[in-house]
Amino acid sequence: MKKIQIGFILTFVLGMGLIFGTVAQNQGYKIGDVATDFKLQSVDGSWVSLPENAKGAMVIFSCNTCPYVVAYEDRMIDLHKKYAPKGYPVIAINANDAKVSPGDSFNKMKERSKSKKFLFAYVHDQSQEVIKAYGGLRTPHVYLLHKEGDDFIVKYIGAIDNNYQDPNGVTEKYVERALDDVMNGRKVAVESTKAIGCTIKWTKKAE
Amino acid sequence: MKVLVYSFLLIFINPNSNGELNQSMTDSTFQIISYPEFEEMINTPSEKIRIYNFWATWCGPCVKEMPYFEKTQEEDNSIELNFISMDDGRKPERVTSFMKKKGIQAPVYLLNDVDYNKWIDKVDPSWSGAIPATLFIRSDGTKSFHEGEMTEDELKLIINQLK
Repeated sequence: MKKIQIGFILTFVLGMGLIFGTVAQNQGYKIGDVATDFKLQSVDGSWVSLPENAKGAMVIFSCNTCPYVVAYEDRMIDLHKKYAPKGYPVIAINANDAKVSPGDSFNKMKERSKSKKFLFAYVHDQSQEVIKAYGGLRTPHVYLLHKEGDDFIVKYIGAIDNNYQDPNGVTEKYVERALDDVMNGRKVAVESTKAIGCTIKWTKKAE
Repeated sequence: MKVLVYSFLLIFINPNSNGELNQSMTDSTFQIISYPEFEEMINTPSEKIRIYNFWATWCGPCVKEMPYFEKTQEEDNSIELNFISMDDGRKPERVTSFMKKKGIQAPVYLLNDVDYNKWIDKVDPSWSGAIPATLFIRSDGTKSFHEGEMTEDELKLIINQLK
């Protein structure tokens, strides 16, 4: 009898965990929400927040270890080169837990940034509070923010473009199109997209 | 869309506890498919609970959970398992050599369409696109979707809930 009870409790707990796991995925920002500011350490040692003097930012949840991120690194550098002077710098945030994914440690981030000559801020969200607030679910995952008054408003959420394999095969530059709309005061035509990506390596709760 | 079919025989030679050679053969299928072909596959009725596990050879959590799926399929003949690879369609040998190395029994289909935004919502609107992810289809056609890595217990729990 006791075994049955334990089995039932275990089934219930696991079931609730799965249900809440699914619900948790739907949290985070939607288009039009005000994005929270943060203060995260960059690979150069400085502390990075949403830029006060900019027009917005491209916040990209990123990492060292995901092949999709690696495929997009050069394009992230190009986006920063092209749009930082126009007021929309790239801020890449790695939220992966280094205990779960050792290749994503802060030291490895420094190495990656140096070898790829990242021009953008590459910051560490060790507590994972920022990614949870934004609702980032995979890498790479872009949040395009546009400043309205003192607020950073979420204007686009999703992929960089529609071909991770081949930059020359891209037919839809989602982020650039969204930026073009925002900079010209238009409503963003495609506000959200999805792409295959790597899971976030969440910190495991102490048993 | 040109479909490449790779079918190969895998021969495993493992010494058993007596130090003798134990030879077994498995016949596993590998196929590169388009999204419409995947859609046709999932829309074909079956009396079994069909499982489509989205994975890639380079994805650690995916590779970790694959044996749970294979074991569950072995123990439970009411399910039909298919692995849907998100690997690079230009390099299918990465998948076939992985299958050989790991002795994968279930059919593997490489879904070769990188225009992801066009089809992720069609698989399931709740899917963010992160892998691993798994689509379950009951014999009556109703679907259930799980994003993220699963333990063996979680997988069995979901299957039992679908029965």
